[in-house]
Amino acid sequence: MSDSILEARSIEKSFGGVMAVAGVDLTIRRGEIFALIGPNGAGKTTTFNLLSGTHALDRGAVNFDGHSITGLPSHRIAQLGLVRTFQNLQIFGSMSALENVMVGCHLRGRTGFVAASLRLPSVAAEERRIRAESLDYLEMVGLANRADDVAASLPFGKQRLVEIARALAAQPKLLMLDEPAAGLTRPETESLDDLICRIRDSGITVLLVEHDMNLVMGIAERVAVLHYGQKIADGTPAEIQADERVIGAYLGLDWDGARDYAFA
Amino acid sequence: MKTRFSLGQLAVWGLVAVVIALPPLVKNNYQIFVVTLIGLYTMLTVGLSLVMGFAGQVSLGHATFYGIGAYAAALLSAMFGLPSWLALILATALTGLIGFFIGIPIFRLRGHYLAMATLGLNVIFSLIIKNEADITGGPSGFAHIPPLSVGGFVFDSDTKMYYIVWFMALATLFISMNVVNSRVGRALRAIHTSEVAAEALGVDANTYKLRVFALAAGFAGLSGALYAQAIHFISPSSFDILVSVELVTMTAIGGLASVWGSVFGAAAVVFLGQFIRDRMNELLEGASGEQEIIVFGLILVVIMVFMPEGVTAGGMKLLRRLRMER
Repeated sequence: MSDSILEARSIEKSFGGVMAVAGVDLTIRRGEIFALIGPNGAGKTTTFNLLSGTHALDRGAVNFDGHSITGLPSHRIAQLGLVRTFQNLQIFGSMSALENVMVGCHLRGRTGFVAASLRLPSVAAEERRIRAESLDYLEMVGLANRADDVAASLPFGKQRLVEIARALAAQPKLLMLDEPAAGLTRPETESLDDLICRIRDSGITVLLVEHDMNLVMGIAERVAVLHYGQKIADGTPAEIQADERVIGAYLGLDWDGARDYAFA
Repeated sequence: MKTRFSLGQLAVWGLVAVVIALPPLVKNNYQIFVVTLIGLYTMLTVGLSLVMGFAGQVSLGHATFYGIGAYAAALLSAMFGLPSWLALILATALTGLIGFFIGIPIFRLRGHYLAMATLGLNVIFSLIIKNEADITGGPSGFAHIPPLSVGGFVFDSDTKMYYIVWFMALATLFISMNVVNSRVGRALRAIHTSEVAAEALGVDANTYKLRVFALAAGFAGLSGALYAQAIHFISPSSFDILVSVELVTMTAIGGLASVWGSVFGAAAVVFLGQFIRDRMNELLEGASGEQEIIVFGLILVVIMVFMPEGVTAGGMKLLRRLRMER
């Protein structure tokens, strides 16, 4: 088993004439929390979509856990153990919180059309098992008491937690969180910190795309910075905080003022 | 979810009781036939509900598969001389298979484009059966279709046909209910709400769409084959685009995502259709029965605007609100 779980080599994507991602290399090591940061429009979410197969690559290659996932559809990538959440929530609103998480268990279920049609005994057994496991995942994010609530009726912060529980239910090797702190209150962000660390401690590698500098600098082991579709720096949080190009990218040319602002 | 499931089960068992008890109570053969027709439409509507209400994929050409089942059963038994029970099974399977293969190109499309493609499919099918007169009988129809017979037992009366049709209709309801309340049903609903999210969790959206479309096509094929064997004569007008619109109306009335609402939707539209055909010229000077489609169109619009979850769900909501206000 190699040291890195994901390697992206010179990945590229353009929309119309705009180069959203222009030849980015990334290496994510097993068991770490890796953060991808950058100003608005830097190509963070696009990079994310390329890695998860939501968008097709124009050029470049991605290896995940010993497999080439270049050009694979996203359900195949998920099957290999790379599972993501979404910045603008993609919750299944009409389902209960529990059912949302049960969809997350999809890959570990076997019931197909025929078995389901006839409601074979194996179906009921699997259903019970998945229900119990899904409750455990809701418990992990602190939502066990809201299991039967319709997902759309939950407050925004809780919906985000449902999405994380749903992704965890797929038992990923690499969990990719797209701006998990966006729109959360201060206390919610703090408990999110804690949750992400617990996820890492359970053996899941985490890739974060994030705006919230405090969250990133507090928990990430390594950080990569994107600017105009290119990687301008990567390293430990301390190295990133000292990198003048990063500060410049965030706030223009006044290094000292920018640093104070960006990492306040 | 748990409560909806048991409510659905209750509805099915209630329906079983009504289905068994009905014929001795109704002495009029024509009325038996009308209720049989409701059973046939139920099979179509429940399939459409799986495709549109659960998987969220619009199909405006579902009558195509109804027609394929009918013509397949007719051809297999009347032209190739197969026993009618075998023709019924083969027609069902064949229609499901055709649904699957037609689905492959069609589900490359989404939203309005998908709706247009299914509409086009129905138009093409109508043209084919009208023009290939040597095989299908063309516009004048296909006559002398043998009745269904199984091991020497011939379903040769309206009442016998009623029972076999409703047996099958209940089977399709039962299957649909099971599918909906399972891993498969959850995957379909996930695709409906957010295909990217479903895919990101490992749901192979395209395969699920194809399979549920094939299942619905199979239900429609079964319905069509039984229809052909019940009235022994079929013609293109029973499977044209207007029928597809009627099916969508039934599904919408019953509630797009409601399995047992399908029965209600089918019944409402069949009875309403009878009523309009009988009374249309009284309401409107010179109007013919075929103008019922105007009324159905109007109903569809009203339901979509005021009760998008269907009359059953919408009605219950209304009742609850009235009770609250009192």
